[in-house]
Amino acid sequence: MSWARQNLFSGWGNTLTTVLIGFVLVWALVPFLDWAVFSADWVGSKRVDCNTGGACWVYVIQRFDQFMYGFYPEAERWRVDVGAVLLMIALMLFFLPRVTGRLALVFLLLALPVGWILLTGQGLGLPAVETRLWGGMMLTVVLTVAGLALAFPVAILLALGRRSSLPVVRISCTAFIELWRGVPLITVLFMASVMLPLFLPDGASVDKLLRALIGVSLFAGAYLAEVIRGGLQAIPRGQYEAAAALGLGYWKTMIYVILPQALRHVIPGLINTVIALFKDTTLVLIIGMFDFLGIIQASLNDQEWLGLAAEGYVFAALVYWSICFGLSRLSINVEQRSGVYRG
Amino acid sequence: MAEPVIKVEQVHKWFGSHQALAGIDLSVMAGERIVVCGPSGSGKSTLVRCMNGLETMNAGKITVNQIDLAGGSAAVEQVRKSVGMVFQQFNLFPHLTVEENLCLAPTRSLGLSQANAQERARKYLERVHIPEQAGKFPLQLSGGQQQRVAIARALCMEPQIMLFDEPTSALDPEMIKEVLDVIAELAADGMTMVCVTHEMGLARAMADRIVFLDEGQIVEEAPPSEFFKAPKSDRTKQFLSRILQH
Amino acid sequence: MVAVAVVIAGAVWLFGNTLDNLANRGIASGFSFLKSTAGFGISTSLIDFSEASSIGRAFWVGLLNTLLVSAISVVLATILGFAIGIARFSKNWLLGRVATVYVETLRNIPLLLQIFFWYFAVLRALPGPRQSYDLAGWFFLNNRGFYIPKLEIIDGGGWVLLGAVVMAFLAFWQCRHKGISRSCAGLAVLLFISLLAVGSVSVPALTGFNFTGGTVLSPELVALVIALSSYTAAFIAEIVRAGVQSVPRGQIEAADALSLPDKDRMRFVVIPQALRVIVPLLTNQYLNLTKNSSLAAAIAFPDLVSVFAGTVLNITGQAIEIIGITMAVYLTISLTIAFSMNIFNRTTAMRGLSS
Repeated sequence: MSWARQNLFSGWGNTLTTVLIGFVLVWALVPFLDWAVFSADWVGSKRVDCNTGGACWVYVIQRFDQFMYGFYPEAERWRVDVGAVLLMIALMLFFLPRVTGRLALVFLLLALPVGWILLTGQGLGLPAVETRLWGGMMLTVVLTVAGLALAFPVAILLALGRRSSLPVVRISCTAFIELWRGVPLITVLFMASVMLPLFLPDGASVDKLLRALIGVSLFAGAYLAEVIRGGLQAIPRGQYEAAAALGLGYWKTMIYVILPQALRHVIPGLINTVIALFKDTTLVLIIGMFDFLGIIQASLNDQEWLGLAAEGYVFAALVYWSICFGLSRLSINVEQRSGVYRG
Repeated sequence: MAEPVIKVEQVHKWFGSHQALAGIDLSVMAGERIVVCGPSGSGKSTLVRCMNGLETMNAGKITVNQIDLAGGSAAVEQVRKSVGMVFQQFNLFPHLTVEENLCLAPTRSLGLSQANAQERARKYLERVHIPEQAGKFPLQLSGGQQQRVAIARALCMEPQIMLFDEPTSALDPEMIKEVLDVIAELAADGMTMVCVTHEMGLARAMADRIVFLDEGQIVEEAPPSEFFKAPKSDRTKQFLSRILQH
Repeated sequence: MVAVAVVIAGAVWLFGNTLDNLANRGIASGFSFLKSTAGFGISTSLIDFSEASSIGRAFWVGLLNTLLVSAISVVLATILGFAIGIARFSKNWLLGRVATVYVETLRNIPLLLQIFFWYFAVLRALPGPRQSYDLAGWFFLNNRGFYIPKLEIIDGGGWVLLGAVVMAFLAFWQCRHKGISRSCAGLAVLLFISLLAVGSVSVPALTGFNFTGGTVLSPELVALVIALSSYTAAFIAEIVRAGVQSVPRGQIEAADALSLPDKDRMRFVVIPQALRVIVPLLTNQYLNLTKNSSLAAAIAFPDLVSVFAGTVLNITGQAIEIIGITMAVYLTISLTIAFSMNIFNRTTAMRGLSS
């Protein structure tokens, strides 16, 4: 009671604010909750099963598999599940206290190609699944993870290059980074999807997903490079001098001394870049791919399920929000314990 | 007998499990000059910070001009208008010029016109002997000059009482004197003041009473002559021997 | 030497491929397409544009629309972002929580999804003109857009107005230095009067099935502005919070000891110093917002990307020139914003902080 008095009702201005916000919250939240929960339709299989006037979650439930797997053949979807489990294990290894960073890294580096082979089916004797069938959350995750995996080595080289003592290397890396950071992702995706085929020999074609991935990783690489450069700048001069005194060359100094420290410094920044990229992958729908948002957006035009935009967007928002919010908590968590963090 | 302007009764203050003040009783009469000293961590800064409500006490009562500091934000504001404070780290507003620093509170808090506030600012800058620095930014001044600006800024509110929280501790040795001189002049003019300081020279020269704090309690309270020549408590003797030996 | 040779060889190979491809597909090269007739219409345009206009003019239409959306959104996002960022420090618990929930919700949902939500689920789902939402009889909201009053200025009045604005600006500059707020108010009144003298206000009104008078902001524009500004505001709010927290405690204590009222403490002591942290980060947000305005393409608002890298590219197929020009424009905008914010930073935010 005294808490409420102090934090909500001290002075007339404060009381007025509380009452006003309370009023708006009730005005907005009560109808929303009623729509989304209390008078929503959960059971059924058709549009006509939604007749209470609330949200039609039947549609989301009916379409759930498609939202997750896109047009990936039903019989082969276990491969996506296995890939997802592999990825989860790989990521969890990084945050288990007993596992060293090196082991987790090796596992991740193995899991990525294995996952890719599993999904495409090439070389394992599994039926091949063309990438144009990939879609939904699966495509979103593939774009994020593969985009990052390709961007990371590029980013490290760019970050080192931007701090290089050779003017040619430094200037070209800086220009490259600033070029991608200065333009919108859409133009990069347009470029990858329209311009790239023009550069290749006649007859050679690059898969649409691969083209998008090239665009995404160039873009993400430039942002990651800046994050990593921040970490490099935080390493005191003494570390370079100590490595030089031990007779280590440039690359050995970087790989064994500088980068491990620098990367650990910027884990929160890296996670934030991951969040940004995860949200940005939605842009591929503009070049005609069906990622998680893309497939929901496409399904809204389904003649059988018309007029359910709000349901589709609320569901999509909830999923994106949970993942991004979860990742941002992780970032804060890492930041808070970074003082005692040992990789 | 007149009422004291500051009356501290049985004040306790905890920071977590650490007790900074353990039952302080102190009265300051109008025109009186009190020097508070003691080893670091003894609670002397906390005590003066309680006197204008920068710290809230956990138990006890402080009244300034008969206004109870526990009486809510209006009471605290009223007290702060009559109590000036000078900090160890100066705390000048770095983005404002010296003159703007001095005029901000008089115009915003006392409602003075800009012209009146500027006149007042000039008057007090002269009093701290740096009228020529009015147009400069704090970071362009030396530490000693900054602290004198801080004193002038507090004086611009024309307070009845001045609190000093280790005003010379953050200064280079060659600048301490210029600040001490200003404080001594204020004392000579009859300003009521409570000053936390390690400068025993200042204490000897201007204090009516020295209050020695240790572990959150007042160990000894005496006029300078008595305090330095015949300290009663062993802890005071120990403290004095440590700081006066060289 | 080997590396240089490889790079040159690679470039020659790519160049050769490109020429072959362009020839095979019958795609022209060069910039002469800018002069050819557009042959398509554009729904929202700040300058006159018709199907007979040139493609070069379509480029300007798109660019102006990009700048329009970005400019409106930057202003709204800054106001909203500062309000929310400061609200997070409110003594009122409820207000603080609402601000936190706003930030955590908006910034963790993809912008494109938010644009879709505002456009398809809200604005396109509004009732028709006859059932418009009526705000004070001046503003009307329906599925055709947002109808607002329009200022109509008599011929030659524009110069009078410009003069008044310049005068008011100069006087405001003077006042700011001398702190005389009353004469500022007087000038504002003067400006208002001169406005009344040369201009008149046209208010939208329902006639038959649609509105006449006033001006209409298309649903695409409104959705884009709402989404861009509310999304960016969440990030700006975080930046403002970080900036406010970066102000040393001693500054707040000094203001308190001088019994400066809370709102003055914020306005004169905390915010000016927080700006030193805020401004560089704010620059990034403005850049992001401008780049994000290209998501207009997803709801067919005719911005630069939508008109130029979309429609024009489809018509001409000259991908290299068009993508090149588009990227160059965004780079120029980015550099301009970064440059002007740097100047603001040096002159205002860093005032007194570099000795």
